[in-house]
Amino acid sequence: MAEAPADRITDVGPPHYERFLPPIIKANYGKWKYHEILKPGIMVHVGESGDKLFTVRAASPRLISVDTIRVFADIAEKYCDGHLRFTSRNNVEFLLTEEANIEPLIADITKEGFPVGGTGSGLSNIVHTQGWVHCHSSATDASGIVKSVMDELFPYFQEKRLPAKTRIALACCLNMCGAVHCSDIAILGVHQRPPRIDDKNISKMCEIPTTISSCPTGAIRTADKDGMKTVEVSEDLCMFCANCYTVCPSMQLNDPDTDGISIWVGGKVSNAISEPKFSKLAIPFIPNNPPRWPEVVDAVKNIIEVYAANARKYERIGDWIERIGWPKFFKLTGIEFTRYHIDDFKHAGWTYKRSTHLKF
Amino acid sequence: MAKRDTPMLDELLKGPYPSFVKELYKVQERKPMVQDLLGQLEDSYEERIGHWKHGGIVGVMGYGGGVIGRYSDLQDKYPNVAHFHTMRVNQPAAWFYTSDILRKIADIWEKHGSGLTNMHGSTGDMVLLGTTTDELEPTFQALAKEGFDLGGSGSVLRTPSCCVGPARCEWACYDTLKLCYDFTQEYQDELHRPFFPYKFKFKFSGCPNDCVASIARSDMSIIGTWKDDIQIDQAAVAEYAKAGMDIQADVIDICPSKCMKYDGEGIEVDNHECVHCMHCINVMPKALAPGKERGATILLGAKAPIMDGALLASVLVPFIDLNDPDEVEDLHELIGNIWDFWGEHGKNRERIGELIQRVGMSTFLEAIGLEPEPEMISAPRDNPYIFFKEEEDEEEEE
Ligand code: SF4
Ligand code: SF4
Ligand code: SF4
Ligand code: SF4
Repeated sequence: MAEAPADRITDVGPPHYERFLPPIIKANYGKWKYHEILKPGIMVHVGESGDKLFTVRAASPRLISVDTIRVFADIAEKYCDGHLRFTSRNNVEFLLTEEANIEPLIADITKEGFPVGGTGSGLSNIVHTQGWVHCHSSATDASGIVKSVMDELFPYFQEKRLPAKTRIALACCLNMCGAVHCSDIAILGVHQRPPRIDDKNISKMCEIPTTISSCPTGAIRTADKDGMKTVEVSEDLCMFCANCYTVCPSMQLNDPDTDGISIWVGGKVSNAISEPKFSKLAIPFIPNNPPRWPEVVDAVKNIIEVYAANARKYERIGDWIERIGWPKFFKLTGIEFTRYHIDDFKHAGWTYKRSTHLKF
Repeated sequence: MAKRDTPMLDELLKGPYPSFVKELYKVQERKPMVQDLLGQLEDSYEERIGHWKHGGIVGVMGYGGGVIGRYSDLQDKYPNVAHFHTMRVNQPAAWFYTSDILRKIADIWEKHGSGLTNMHGSTGDMVLLGTTTDELEPTFQALAKEGFDLGGSGSVLRTPSCCVGPARCEWACYDTLKLCYDFTQEYQDELHRPFFPYKFKFKFSGCPNDCVASIARSDMSIIGTWKDDIQIDQAAVAEYAKAGMDIQADVIDICPSKCMKYDGEGIEVDNHECVHCMHCINVMPKALAPGKERGATILLGAKAPIMDGALLASVLVPFIDLNDPDEVEDLHELIGNIWDFWGEHGKNRERIGELIQRVGMSTFLEAIGLEPEPEMISAPRDNPYIFFKEEEDEEEEE
């Protein structure tokens, strides 16, 4: 690397947010009175001052080109004095003060291919990860599955309602970038076979002690193969987490024939009504089937539809399942209960049923 | 090389939801890098496997994070994605932008990278997806001239993020944007220069709805709450009733602490029993609001499963007044103590939540100088294996 030029700028941190706030927000900052969802994707926030801020929320694929960023900028300039933001679920939100601009804005953004919706008791965007577009450890793609699931469930992004808000997340490996472990429905890429060790290169590529200590189950041991310093993995102990691969590229797990997807249900992060909780295993494995993963789409749709038909108002998926009980969840959804559903990792006993409170 | 047909990806152009493939198509004519990305991705779809190699160490001078190195394992076939590094750019708090600044960022990335982005990544950063090693420093400096800096990656403080808070939410119990911004500025060194055992995340949510998933996704989760009475506008309650809301069924019966009453006239709350879950306020935003004595609960230790299983954050400080500079100062001191203990005792790639599990919460509290409080637990221990300390008896005799 070259010498640092004298005028090089570092450690400035992010720009101050006030630079980007619209005047109506500066005027009503911390003094909002209430908000209403006028229709799916359209909100109004009313200040104590009586000021009204309208928000139009549109879907985004998260992976967007600079062309699309410029389209968003154009629309924001046309209708919002240039003001917009993004949400924690990667939607784009246009911030308006003129109510009359809402419909023309909706027409423009829809024409550009970004439909409006994602508010209230329905589906919002699927929080997701990089997949085959950009990550090395993915057991599946991310964007393609998200697109396929949202295409199928699209009515729930717009007008069709569910008993409560339903949050879907996807992560393409157990690293779980994204709140997959606490989502109403989680789509998670999984490996099923232990790492394949590159005996020839591992001692050059990786620090062997670090690799050994990276394994949560202690499955990795040093080994000597034809005089090569390498490691071996005890298959009985491996749970295919890819921790070792994260620290050592010579422990490849990706495998087209055995990688695939698991489905988890009933997690949430909000404290509303019930406490936050983890997602729990519904379907241990579905093979990868690009480009549209029809089996995954069907599985998610089935869970959503059974939930919609059976849950009470304001019941999140996890609350609904806790009320009816897990045996009934498996019965209603027709999902097969297998040995894999019974926890056998550390502290597994916490999830065993230890009472006679059973329904027949 | 010639553009490759992508029949499988083209299937993802169909359907009503926005398509990432369409985004790749928008730039591929002028970006050979994206042509090769499409080609490699089509290979992945055909073969059902990714084609990215492990990231080597790449970055900008003086920083230990902010860039994710990425290399194709099909470099001969797709030379334009031989390097395809990602830059994480620290987002403005709560993801507010103006069209001007977005255009400037778009121009920078047009010039220096693939023209593809994630708005935004899981941690909150703006993600600039795909460039070569040579372009990293010029991109960084072009962004810096516009007032932007890189975010965190690796064993550092990751880019803090916050909910929309007081900027557009009536429920914000503290200024999430301000705190997020102040913390990010305060800890620039920790963000850019790795000296932690593993990653550390702050997430700021203005109320217990926790829109940024802080309780699940951050090592330190700061969730707004209130101490006094829920504010009730009885006239607005009557309006809801008149508009047809079944207040008894939709609000009172669902309250988890069964601390609400409705007599057909007004709502009454036994506020000492309220667990601040937000349900009633969520359903009746015009009539109910969090109280006036507002602050936050600090929770510690959430993480995804790697390595030792997932954890939700648990209560560390039941209530803190974030408008009081002294209390914020105390919080920074506490964070310093936590990082010291973690730095000294944490194993490589051990998150703070896992360290607490390994050494025990009591040991941890003693080390960081906090007294145990009943709010920290859901129940006291149910096993008799208590590690009694000898000194305590002796001290009593003094
Ligand atoms: S979830 Fe795993 S594979 Fe997906 S982006 Fe994160 S680390 Fe990569
Ligand atoms: S995949 Fe996980 S369990 Fe298996 S050897 Fe690697 S680190 Fe150990
Ligand atoms: S976490 Fe609470 S304060 Fe923040 S945006 Fe969500 S509802 Fe509003
Ligand atoms: S906030 Fe939750 S616990 Fe408190 S009164 Fe409202 S519904 Fe009940």
